[in-house]
Amino acid sequence: MTDATFTGESPKRHGSLTASDARTKRRNASEKRFRIYGLAAIGAGLFFLVVLLSAIISNGIGAFQQTFIQVPVYLDPATLDKNGNRDPADLAKVSTFGYTPLIQTGLYQLVRDAGIETDYEDAGDMKALISASAAAKVRDWTLAHPDRIGDTVEFEILASSRVDGYLKGRVTRESIAEDRNIDAGHLDLTDALRESGALHKSFNAEFIFGSDASESRAEQAGLGVSMLGSFFMMLVVLFLALPIGVAASIYLEEFASQNKFTDFIEVNISNLAAVPSIVFGILGLAAFIQFAHLPQSAPIVGGLVLTLMTLPTIIISTRASLKAVPPSIRDAALGVGASKMQAVFHHVLPLAMPGILTGTIIGLAQALGETAPLLLIGMVGYIATNYPDGLVSGFMSPNSAMPAQIYEWAKRADPAYYERAWGGIIILLVFLLIMNVIAIVLRRKFERRW
Amino acid sequence: MDATNAKGNVPMYDAPMRKAAVDVNENKISAKDVQVYYGETHAIKDVSVDILDKTVTAFIGPSGCGKSTFLRCLNRMNDTIDSCRVEGLIALDGEDIYDKRVDPVQLRAKVGMVFQKPNPFPKSIYDNVAYGPRIHGLARNKAELDEIVERALRRGAIWNEVKDRLDSPGTGLSGGQQQRLCIARAVATEPEVLLMDEPCSALDPIATAQVEELIDELRENYSVVIVTHSMQQAARVSQKTAFFHLGNLVEYGETSQIFTNPVDPRTESYITGRIG
Ligand SMILES: Nc1ncnc2c1ncn2[C@@H]1O[C@H](COP(=O)(O)OP(=O)(O)OP(=O)(O)O)[C@@H](O)[C@H]1O
Ligand SMILES: [Mg+2]
Repeated sequence: MTDATFTGESPKRHGSLTASDARTKRRNASEKRFRIYGLAAIGAGLFFLVVLLSAIISNGIGAFQQTFIQVPVYLDPATLDKNGNRDPADLAKVSTFGYTPLIQTGLYQLVRDAGIETDYEDAGDMKALISASAAAKVRDWTLAHPDRIGDTVEFEILASSRVDGYLKGRVTRESIAEDRNIDAGHLDLTDALRESGALHKSFNAEFIFGSDASESRAEQAGLGVSMLGSFFMMLVVLFLALPIGVAASIYLEEFASQNKFTDFIEVNISNLAAVPSIVFGILGLAAFIQFAHLPQSAPIVGGLVLTLMTLPTIIISTRASLKAVPPSIRDAALGVGASKMQAVFHHVLPLAMPGILTGTIIGLAQALGETAPLLLIGMVGYIATNYPDGLVSGFMSPNSAMPAQIYEWAKRADPAYYERAWGGIIILLVFLLIMNVIAIVLRRKFERRW
Repeated sequence: MDATNAKGNVPMYDAPMRKAAVDVNENKISAKDVQVYYGETHAIKDVSVDILDKTVTAFIGPSGCGKSTFLRCLNRMNDTIDSCRVEGLIALDGEDIYDKRVDPVQLRAKVGMVFQKPNPFPKSIYDNVAYGPRIHGLARNKAELDEIVERALRRGAIWNEVKDRLDSPGTGLSGGQQQRLCIARAVATEPEVLLMDEPCSALDPIATAQVEELIDELRENYSVVIVTHSMQQAARVSQKTAFFHLGNLVEYGETSQIFTNPVDPRTESYITGRIG
């Protein structure tokens, strides 16, 4: 047997199948090692994800709860409606300063009625418990219900951020030693009110839908207005970047001839995708604000800047999905006498749609979370206290955006804002999650075999 | 071996059963001194050929010799390849198809094509066939369109297999069924010339026989050009055969003559299986 002479010893070159030889063992061992590395990498990734999520949630979840005090307020006609004719113009003349004492008296009454012992003699001494925003809230309600003047109405009034912090463990008796806004007596009062049931923590929709507040009223600040800012920016991005990006990609991919010029454009689009976003910010500042004189801090400018930033992403993903459509489909359409445009719009584009939509949504999600370019066009730092009063003002009047608002909060000195920054992150992440889910659903829905 | 030795030998393949009176048919397409370049590559060299009406013409030749390239010149499918350049004259019914005024879309409605790889649209079987008639406005209403679709599917020899599931996707059919669907799609637009690039390479013998039968039927009204690697098929279905080699048209003539009595030694070597 030639085999025997070749191996020298045994005619059987290969040993038993059930016993693995040294080489196989080494090979299997290295494969096993590789699998362990892979598992370890995934494990590390998951670990950091869990750490990240739990940090965000534990830090931010508190922002969705706020401390309220149930205060019966006597809407005293003597201060609110001196003329006694309920004339709206007259009622409106009474500023929030007129309401503040009424609320303080209400709280004083509440403490007394509950039989709580306290050293505070004067109603004004307890104002540290109540948010400075309370007067505005009561005033708004009263102006809307002038017929209730003279009644005692129970209001759910925001507690001050110190009291709120005390309930959440952020403020302690030690930490307020130096604090001029609140003292230990107030905290005793808080405990007593809590026991009586007048003071409680509950879900705070204002955090999601409300507007930002001044530095000293952390308890009142909400993300709602800047959410609208982000919404209008996303509208601009969607309605500019999607058609421009898709049209450019279709032209480049299906119609343009392959030459130096299109190569040059292609390279530049890829490079643009890697340009730091702050560069787009300064470009927007120069082009849209200084040259075109669009208003500062306006969502239209933010939207334009983010459009510039998102275009490369959309173009790249659209071209990739157009490329992925098999050329035989184009041949088939052209072969039965379709024009190039018919071939593209009847056959290629529908097949590329899932990829285009996914790319667009990912681009939008990127734009939604983008902060750096907003710095330069004045959206970061703008205090978004007013809701836009219409579509036009939604685009044109100054506003903030979600990530800018979060950055703004994180920057503020009051530790109460720290919690709100984390809470804002949770909302932002929920939006991104929703967008990604939409992307996945759309892809599933439009996916077709060919 | 030189060509004269082959003269008078018994036919190497079944002689074409249907020898129509080819000579009386007029020219449908005439190509003169056609050169095709892919960038620097000279893929078709000096090809002149007259393709007759109501005739099946077979293009044979070894892989890479330029059969598909030349076929794609006949309905300007090469326009889609950026690097491709066509020189010379190709006339359909006496009109230069590369004339500036010619719209390739109109040309392709007249000169239909079936590709080597079945490429149905990822749409329903009905929509696959109806697409061409729709964009050319061949049907005035749904009933007419239904009729066109049915006729085309019947001619594609696939009607009986799909008549109950016209709404299911064309991509869900088997390879051979897909190819017949593509043939049905091509004939639905009523072209005058049908170009087929290896239409049977994915088909089993039964489907092949059906397609060949179809080609023979189509010949009554159309001019059919078919690229094939099967000598038997060329011999069976065509009346005229063109042998390509390295971009040259080596020999063109009656199928019976090419297969029994080739003039050029290269042709003979190829059909006897010595070059390829
Ligand atoms: N798109 C293209 N770009 C560049 N060269 C091409 C292209 N298509 C074909 N060629 C070249 O042109 C020559 C002829 O190719 P063609 O596809 O016409 O051959 P064929 O005879 O159809 O071969 P087959 O029988 O394998 O299909 C080949 O050398 C090929 O490499
Ligand atoms: Mg070919």
